Amino acid sequence: MNQPIMITAKHVTKIYGKGEAALAALDDIDLAIKPGESVAVIGKSGSGKSTLMHVLALLDKPTEGSVLVGDNDASSMSGRQLDLLRNKSYGFVFQQFFLNANDTVLNNVILPLKIAGVGRKERNARGIKALKAVELDDKTYSWAADLSGGQKQRVCIARALINDPSVIFADEPTGNLDSHTGKIVEDLLFRLNKELGITLIIVTHDEDIAARCSRQIHIKDGTLVKRGEI
Amino acid sequence: MKFIDILQTASSSLFRSKARTFLTVIAVFIGAMTITLTNGIGTGIKSYLNKQIGNLGAPNVLIVQLTTKNASPTSGPAKYTYNPNASLSASGFGDRQLLMNLNDLTIIKSIPNVTSVVPAHSIAADYIVGTGDKYQLALAQQFGPSTAYMVAGYGVDNNSSQQQISIPESYVGPLGYSNNQAVIGKIVTIGITSAEGIQSTVTATVTGVQQKNLIGETAAYGNNALVDLLNNIQNTGIPKATANTFQTAYASFPSSLTTAQVNSLKNQLTAKGFTGKTIKDEESTIFTVIDTIIIIFDMFGVIALLAASFGIVNTLLMSVQDRTKEIGLMKALGMSPRKIFALFSIEAVMIGFWGSVLGVGFAALIGSAINAIGRHGFLKDFPGLSLLTFPLTTVFTVIIAIMLIAFLAGTLPALRASRKDPIEALRYE
Repeated sequence: MNQPIMITAKHVTKIYGKGEAALAALDDIDLAIKPGESVAVIGKSGSGKSTLMHVLALLDKPTEGSVLVGDNDASSMSGRQLDLLRNKSYGFVFQQFFLNANDTVLNNVILPLKIAGVGRKERNARGIKALKAVELDDKTYSWAADLSGGQKQRVCIARALINDPSVIFADEPTGNLDSHTGKIVEDLLFRLNKELGITLIIVTHDEDIAARCSRQIHIKDGTLVKRGEI
Repeated sequence: MKFIDILQTASSSLFRSKARTFLTVIAVFIGAMTITLTNGIGTGIKSYLNKQIGNLGAPNVLIVQLTTKNASPTSGPAKYTYNPNASLSASGFGDRQLLMNLNDLTIIKSIPNVTSVVPAHSIAADYIVGTGDKYQLALAQQFGPSTAYMVAGYGVDNNSSQQQISIPESYVGPLGYSNNQAVIGKIVTIGITSAEGIQSTVTATVTGVQQKNLIGETAAYGNNALVDLLNNIQNTGIPKATANTFQTAYASFPSSLTTAQVNSLKNQLTAKGFTGKTIKDEESTIFTVIDTIIIIFDMFGVIALLAASFGIVNTLLMSVQDRTKEIGLMKALGMSPRKIFALFSIEAVMIGFWGSVLGVGFAALIGSAINAIGRHGFLKDFPGLSLLTFPLTTVFTVIIAIMLIAFLAGTLPALRASRKDPIEALRYE
């Protein structure tokens, strides 16, 4: 288990375009996410919720303001340090899965370890362990293309899990799933949060998932809104 | 990502789009094959000629002639000045060659590092006879130590006082011997007519049987003892001044001389009005021509490779486009841009590697097939000629060079891949 990480956003502003065409996707956002929290980022499409997740996950740089990882300002970190941080401490679950359909389930799961330069033997052992955690160890050597949508998303969770991350970022994790399989994936994510203490940051417009989170952040036109203001 | 994982990932993504990879590899293959074949022919012919020219004489001998101001088509003949010692001969091509006399030989001999000077006699022998009928004989003078390839026995020895002769393979039968070995050490008789018209005979010991070769194919070689004797006989009755003139002399020098020393020797000859050329000089003139031809042929291969490298660029650009999401995911999961660059570069290098290895391998296969067919067919008259020769250094140079070209071709797509924004890439549908 990684060190618990506190993620803080200070006056984060993200502007796309220049001059008159400039659009503020995020406008002066202040936010702190404590280790072990489960946070739902809720908003309509185009509200800036995905951009917020990307900035918090260090995939994108804010135009103004700063993101702190623990006490360190991300803007002062090198590209290599950011890559290492994402590789070692963060897990990602995407709506479109992003699995390599032409590869085995195991090879998909171990990709973060492969990138980290972990040896074959160790990464395969850890891959099987991660697949056990999502109850897909019977599919270890199946082709990713042969899985159902729910199974694919569980493979993604296994992949997010393999590095023992401190934080899992999930972008609409149930968006492409029917309600039954969506529930399974949802349960899995919250179980990881409860049992392993992994911080969960879920971007969603599903009110049910949002309700299960310990905190809800509503975002509209790039700014945070209090619940009553919606 | 470890290097081995990059290799493995690159190779599996190449394998994933088989048709595309295959076609690109084919393009490289054609280029590699062309270059290997043309170079193979070049090397083959050059090494053959090297042996052939070696047959003509030792490397430590200078072929010396008087420097002639040849008439050029525009300037007309050189002005005549009376010189009782100079005489002129005209060859069929209109070149005129000043003839040397014994005095010239003394001058050459006086140059430091010249160990011996032998005039080149042209011997017009009438016939040669072994145990049977008489046959016509073309006899050449062996200068320096013998370097001809012998299929039996040894080359003639110029230091021997015994008259010696080495004969081409085709003479063995007519001389009445059943095989090459049987004729070694046997005495043959040579008939020659003097200037006064009197025919006499001379005997010589056969020391060796020469392999059939391209240059000087039908000539037998005699040592100094034999040639001097024959020359004396054929010059009997000719006025001394005429008898002792010759176009060419062979000047030997110690084989330990450095290139610089040989050059200085040549310069001294030039200063005294002579032109000296070694066998190597004659050879390099021919090689320059061959090299030029090979370079022209190589250009075809280079053009093919140029086309192939654009194929590589195209293939990889398509691959980068296809795998935008994969690249985005890898970057999101912490893969550095440098490793992404390496991943795609190695795909390019692998295309180069497979194309060149297959191309070179196929060329070698074709080469050995042609050599095998040629040896029993169209090259039957050129024993010792391997039309295509593939030295390992050339093979490796071609493979490495093509991999380098492939790498360069891959830099543009690889750079594009490494610069992809992970968010854009992940959003990409």
